[in-house]
This record gives sequence, structure tokens and C-alpha cells, in this order.
Amino acid sequence: MKMTPKTATLLVLAALIALTPFFFPSGYYYRVGALLFVNGIAVTGMVILTGYAGQISLGHAGFAGIGAYACALAPVHWGLHPALAVILGAAISAILAFLVGRPILRLKGYYLGVATLGLGILVAMVLNNERQLTGGPDGMAVPELGLRALLKGWGLTLSNGEFWYFFCGLVLLVGAWLALNLYASPTGRALRALHGSEVAARTVGIDVARLKLQAFVISAVYASVSGSLLALQNKFVTPDVAGFMHSIEMVTMAVLGGVGSVLGAIFGAGILTLLPQVLTVFAEYEQMVLGLVMVLVMIFLREGLLPSVLRKFRGKDE
Amino acid sequence: MSELLQFLFSGVTIGAVYALVALGFTIIYNASDVVNFAQGEFVMLGGMITWFAHAAGLPLPLAALIAIAATACLGVAMNKLMIEPARGAPVVSLIIITIGASIFIEGAAQLVFDKQIHSFPAFSGDAPIRVGGATILPQSLWVTGGAIAVFVGLWLFFTRTLLGRAVLATSNNRLAAQLVGINTTFVMTLSFALSAAIGALAGVLATPITLTSYGVGIGFALKGFAGAMLGGMGNPKGALVGGFAIGMIEALTAGYLSSQYKDAAAFVVILAVLFFLPQGLFGRTSTDRV
Repeated sequence: MKMTPKTATLLVLAALIALTPFFFPSGYYYRVGALLFVNGIAVTGMVILTGYAGQISLGHAGFAGIGAYACALAPVHWGLHPALAVILGAAISAILAFLVGRPILRLKGYYLGVATLGLGILVAMVLNNERQLTGGPDGMAVPELGLRALLKGWGLTLSNGEFWYFFCGLVLLVGAWLALNLYASPTGRALRALHGSEVAARTVGIDVARLKLQAFVISAVYASVSGSLLALQNKFVTPDVAGFMHSIEMVTMAVLGGVGSVLGAIFGAGILTLLPQVLTVFAEYEQMVLGLVMVLVMIFLREGLLPSVLRKFRGKDE
Repeated sequence: MSELLQFLFSGVTIGAVYALVALGFTIIYNASDVVNFAQGEFVMLGGMITWFAHAAGLPLPLAALIAIAATACLGVAMNKLMIEPARGAPVVSLIIITIGASIFIEGAAQLVFDKQIHSFPAFSGDAPIRVGGATILPQSLWVTGGAIAVFVGLWLFFTRTLLGRAVLATSNNRLAAQLVGINTTFVMTLSFALSAAIGALAGVLATPITLTSYGVGIGFALKGFAGAMLGGMGNPKGALVGGFAIGMIEALTAGYLSSQYKDAAAFVVILAVLFFLPQGLFGRTSTDRV
């Protein structure tokens, strides 16, 4: 049987999510894994925006911030269930992305970079400054999702760490499935065409502006959901989730692993999530090593880690 | 009226620092099409190295000179080790490389220097000068004068010297410049040295007012980048005007609207400008070659 790359990617991902816990020495690793998956969700959105459509965003953490604070604020102020707050956050992110997307996406390269950067910084600034609403830089508490208690009622008892590990893993799987479907769809092909050459895409009748906007909105929803899940599992949120550094982290994870493929980008998310855990021993050097890794990978493995490594292997086979 | 004047003075002061950073961005961008996000770290290094050299007993002018020279060397090293090997990489990769460099330098500064906030004495005392009901610090004049002097110096360099014209030629068309015998590799090195030195100079001039610590770089980088983009990337005049404009907008917002949102104002203006003028205020409209 010949497997399509899509099925292969999803199988590899599902197997990794399901089997890795057997090697966990302690419950703490569930937490690290859940963080990895949350980052993986955001990064899958970056694959759609940067990998498929070839657009840059240095402000996607702004959408993660909206998702996170929706889960913190909506339940308290409007009595909304946290699960619905995730959807509300995603909707607000999508609407914001839709409204600013059209003028912003006319820009190219660095101009697009600074515009998205400004957008992200504005969101972070509102979260930092509207103290009476968001608690300012100190952050605020986020209510319990309640799904774990529901599962317990059905006879499935999971520890907090286990629950978030498998739940985020599942969401990541769904997100990856959607992204891979998009890749193979006519829209995905059009996106890749516009990545190759905008002018050429336009001459064959592709509505470039509308497609870029679609990719931007979809990736904003991914970032928003990732922010929501992060807030819900931490049961606490600070404006850092919307900060510039978080935006950079998202882009770096995606590009580091290989922004052209979902699996590669998630691999990058894994590296950048695990690196600080490994480096806690050398806490002082953490920042230096992170910077160095970013530079070296970009210089020597331009397509990102996973594609470059795979190519090496293939090269040996032949 | 005196209130407005006061805000304008503080806007000009901080705007001069942004203008210097924006000029640094412009020089490197012109020579290599790279937006160097580590530009803010040069400002940080200028301030920090001067403080440590001064604290070690050197006179302030010598300490400042050492800081500028050392930062220029670092700029050259960065070009040789990080930018040249990545020639031809896509924009996203270049952004990540220079941000990685910025994070690396910041991390190294924590170890080599310390995590304290530092300042050194102003060059001509702290006695405020009264002008039309408002006051201005002598150091503000140093910063503003510095920015204008650097701009004029660059203008003379780019229009009146052979070397400066070689840099301009390289920025216009790299291959054509090589064909007429311009050593474009040297032009790159020179640009990074120049840009790093200007960044460090900004740090030296601004530290008595803004203070310095290992983490100040990224803020300067973002504002300087914004200034350069506002004016139109690659245009020195645009960088100067854009930098000063960002400073003014910030100071006026802080004064009349809200000091919490002063950083926001700059980015709102940039978004607005880019909506209507996608190439910035002074940028050329680019045409795609198919």
C-alpha cells in the first residue's frame, strides 16, 4: 500500500503523541509535552501563512493573547463557559485579522514585518495597560475548563498533566489534519502558486489579495486557539503571551524546523520547547545558546532542520 | 505653550536617538538588503562598554571612543560570521538570523557585564537651559547635535567621496558595482562597521538621559526600525525624519493622551502611514521584475 504524505504525517504525529508517554520518567514530562503541542498548534498556523502563502508575521502572538485573555475574561464577565470562550477568542482573532489583513497584506517583506509587528505590540500594550480589566503585567487567573471532571464522570480518570497532554495532542492532530487538507486543496495549490510568484499567480486568475487574507485569518485562528489552550492549562495568563518575543518564538519554531511542512514546523516547536528544559542546568547561558541555535540553523540548514536532515538520509540511500 | 515646547524638546531628544538607530538600519539595508535587528544591541553596547571602561578609571571621552571602536569591530565580526555566510537567504531567515544575533548579544552582555542599570555623568553638566518657558538638558543638545552631525557626515561621505559612492553603487546594483571593480565585500564590512559605530555613538550620547542595561537593545531596535520604515527603508533622509517623527509622536502622546500608550502611538502612526503609503514617506515605489 502506498501512503500519501498526508496520511504518513498524521500517522507519525499520532504515534508520537500516543507512544512517547511510555518513556516519560515522571509526570512532569506530560506538562512539557502539552506545552510542545500548544506551540505546535500555533506553528501549524505559521506553516499556512509563511510556508504555504509565503507571508511573514512578526505579530502573531497578538492573536495568541486575544485567545488567552478571552478564556480569562469571558467566563468572569459574561459567565461564558471556558470552552465557548475559546471559540469567542478565535472569532475575535479572525475578525481582527480580517479587518487589518487586507491593507496590511498589500505590504511585502520587511514592510509586512513591521506592520504585523505593530499589530502584535498594540495588542500586548492594551493587555498590559488596561489594569482594571486584565490585571496589567501581573496577569490574571483563568477558570478551569471542566472537561477533565466531565471525563471523570464517564469513568476516564486522568491526572491534570495527562489530561492536558492528550487533549492538546488531539487538538494539534486535528489542526495538522486541517492544514494538510488545505495544502492539497485547490486553495492550497493557489496559495503555493502565489508563494512561488505573486505576479504569475495573478496572471492565471488567482485572487491574490483574497487568498493572502484567508491564510492570514486561518493562521490567526490557530494562534488564538494555541493561546487559549496555554491559558486554560496554566490557569493563569500574563501579557507576555502576546509579547514580541512570543511572536518571534512562533516564527523561529516554524522556520527552524522547516516551515514548508507541518511535521517539520512541529519538530521545530519541539526543539525550541525542549531547549530551555535541557538548558535549565546552564540557565545563565540559555539566552546565548538560543540565539546561537537560531543563527546557525538559518545559516547551515536553510530549509530548516527536518527537511535538511531528511535530504541527508535520502542522499545516502541513493 | 511652554508645555507644548517642553514636550517637543523631549520628543526631539528621544527622536534623535531613534534617528541614529534608523540611520544604522539604513546603511546596512542599503549595502546588503538585510534589516539588522541587532542594531539596538549596538546602542546597548555603546552605553555599557563606556560605563565599564569609565568605572575602570578611564576618562569618559576615551571610554566612549573605546566603546565605539569595540562595537564597530563586533559589527564587522557579525557581518563576517553571520551575514556573509547567509547571503541570498530569504527575508524570514535573515530576520531570524539578526534577531538570533540580538538575543545572543543580549545574553552575552548579561554574563560579561551585569544585570544592573547604569548611567554616567552628562557631558556638560546637568544644569537645565531655559528656553521660552521650557527647559532643555545640555545632554539633549548633545544627542540632537550628534544625530544631525552623523546625518550630515553620512551625506558628505555618500555624495563627495569615492568610497561613499562605491557604497551607493553597491546598494543600487551589486552585480554592476562588482563589474566596475568595486570591492562589494569590503563595502559590506565597511557598512557594518559604520552602522555599529553609529549605534554605539547613540548609546554613548543617550545613556546619561535614558540609562542603560543589558536589555535596552530590543526597544531601541523596534523604534529605530519603525522610524526607518516610516521614512521609507533605505533612505537616509527618511530615516532621519522618521526617527525624529517617532520621538515627537511618542512625547506628544505621553504628554497629552496617556504615558502608558506612548509606545502604541508610534505603531498606530506607522500602520496608518503604511496603509496609505506602502513604501513609507520617502520610499520609492518598487516595481516587481517578472
